[in-house]
Amino acid sequence: MSTEQTSSQSPPAEGKPIIEIIGMHKWFDDFHVLKDINLEVRPKEKIVVCGPSGSGKSTVIRCINRLEEHQRGQIIVNGTELTRDLKNIERVRTEVGMVFQHFNLFPHLTILDNLTVGPIWVRKMPKKEAEELAMHYLEIVKIPEQAQKYPGQVSGGQQQRVAIARSLCMKPKIMLFDEPTSALDPEMIKEVLDVMVDLAREGMTMIVVTHEMGFAKEVADRVIFMDYGEIVEENEPFEFFDNPQHDRTKLFLSQIL
Amino acid sequence: MAETTQIEEIKPPVTDVGVIGWLRQHLFNGLFNSIATILILGFLIKLIPQFIQWAFIDSVWFTSGQECHQAAGACWSVITQNIRFTIFGYFPYEHQWRPLVAMIILVGMLVYSREWNRWNKRLGYAWIFALLVMGLLMKGGLFGLVPVESTKWSGLPLTLLLSFFGILASYPLGVVLALGRQSQMPIIKSLCVVYIEMIRGVPLITMLFMSSVMFPLFLPEGVTIDKVLRAQAAIILFTAAYIAEVVRGGLQAMDRGQYEAAESLGLNYFQMMRMIILPQALKIVIPPTVGILISAFKDTSLVVIIALYDILNTTKSILSEPEWTGFSTEAYIFIAMIYYVCCFSMSKYSRRIEKQLEYKHTPNQE
Repeated sequence: MSTEQTSSQSPPAEGKPIIEIIGMHKWFDDFHVLKDINLEVRPKEKIVVCGPSGSGKSTVIRCINRLEEHQRGQIIVNGTELTRDLKNIERVRTEVGMVFQHFNLFPHLTILDNLTVGPIWVRKMPKKEAEELAMHYLEIVKIPEQAQKYPGQVSGGQQQRVAIARSLCMKPKIMLFDEPTSALDPEMIKEVLDVMVDLAREGMTMIVVTHEMGFAKEVADRVIFMDYGEIVEENEPFEFFDNPQHDRTKLFLSQIL
Repeated sequence: MAETTQIEEIKPPVTDVGVIGWLRQHLFNGLFNSIATILILGFLIKLIPQFIQWAFIDSVWFTSGQECHQAAGACWSVITQNIRFTIFGYFPYEHQWRPLVAMIILVGMLVYSREWNRWNKRLGYAWIFALLVMGLLMKGGLFGLVPVESTKWSGLPLTLLLSFFGILASYPLGVVLALGRQSQMPIIKSLCVVYIEMIRGVPLITMLFMSSVMFPLFLPEGVTIDKVLRAQAAIILFTAAYIAEVVRGGLQAMDRGQYEAAESLGLNYFQMMRMIILPQALKIVIPPTVGILISAFKDTSLVVIIALYDILNTTKSILSEPEWTGFSTEAYIFIAMIYYVCCFSMSKYSRRIEKQLEYKHTPNQE
């Protein structure tokens, strides 16, 4: 990725927080995976979360759309607090898009059907309208010609772009990316990151778990470093990379850069 | 000189291709296989002519039982002379065209439905209509058709009826039980577990006995439930428990990511199951499911023990007549052929649907 472009090109964050995480703890059985997480994300903000494997970074974003349940503290997304209440969970999920490491496309549906299943069944959109919407987003991720194929017939990079388009079809206010490029061959990483950079420029609110530091420098408003289930350090990208404060951050950066 | 020395196309050694190659590869590739081949060949040479002699040359086809006893070969007359009773049993003789038409409709509908892309709403309505017609033909009582008690339903129509509805109803019930067993809600989950384990713990015969002997004892005085219906219910409840476990296997084989992707789109539980999870899980388990359905088909012959006359039982009652005693080999060969045709068709049918549902893959890039 070109790093000459700076984050100033994407619109600045604005207004009240759209995501608030207050004193959140989570355990897997006895194992304390997340310890006192506090995080505020404002609309249009782009946040990159990094850290060594097992640090709990994926778990944090999975808590934001309740794929994981937190045990203490509060998570408020777009004014809705996540509790056991199924209605709330479903409401939050329609506002939050998620992109997975392994794409998780539906292999029995064509690419077009992968994109329309959400709008048709959750948004109750007529089929024709949903298909137009799907084609619109397939053009944005630059693969409209693959619409009638099945996920198994296209490359990994294309699958991940389909997955991004599938989330966008729900017109989410927030997009979560869980290591979107880690399962890709090197030559396919760029095509996915390009789509994500474009999305950032459009002013999408994004939380991205990634080790792509070039991407972090290019689009992130803030970089969050996690280790052992804690937020260790949080800073603007250039400050974060050039002048890390914490020893653990320094160690981590020395290992990946 | 150079242009004259064309390299000749050489044929592969005669021992590697053609008939000899095939024989070498499939029948004589090693000492053990060669011996086995020779032994089996010897066995067949001894057996086949004898069988042909018995089944075709010395056999009699359209005679009375008395003449049969004098013949040296097979007595196929036991089938030809009693075909209508074997197939239709106690259904009133002059109305036996009705179950015949019903069976033809059933087979026709099944054959038409073999293409997956024909499965739509209209076909659904056609099936409902066809089932109503079949029911009317069997039961009568309308449009001038003489009513026929269900106790008179017997033979092949009864076998097909019990199997068809047994399969039709137990499949969705099994899916629901499998989903229930996976449920987060403890009451539903334990109900399903208890049901499945209890049913799988008893033989079908027990279930049939309970439905025909014990169950009526619990009904209030004067209330009776049709015997065929009770047997049908027992078969459905029994098969469903087995289907449930197979479907559970399919659900567990699903990648967690499929659930997560569906949930993160905001699909609710039923939408997720219907659109994303079940289509994939049920497809995975088509082969074992068909295994269960085929054995359910064959198990319908157990209704013998509650005195329903399915095709096996009608055959037995012919063989118990003095005129036809001793010809059970011929009669059972015939019944075996009917069962074989049905089971083999089921297996072919499912392979076909499985093929049509196969989604396209290129090798994964991981």
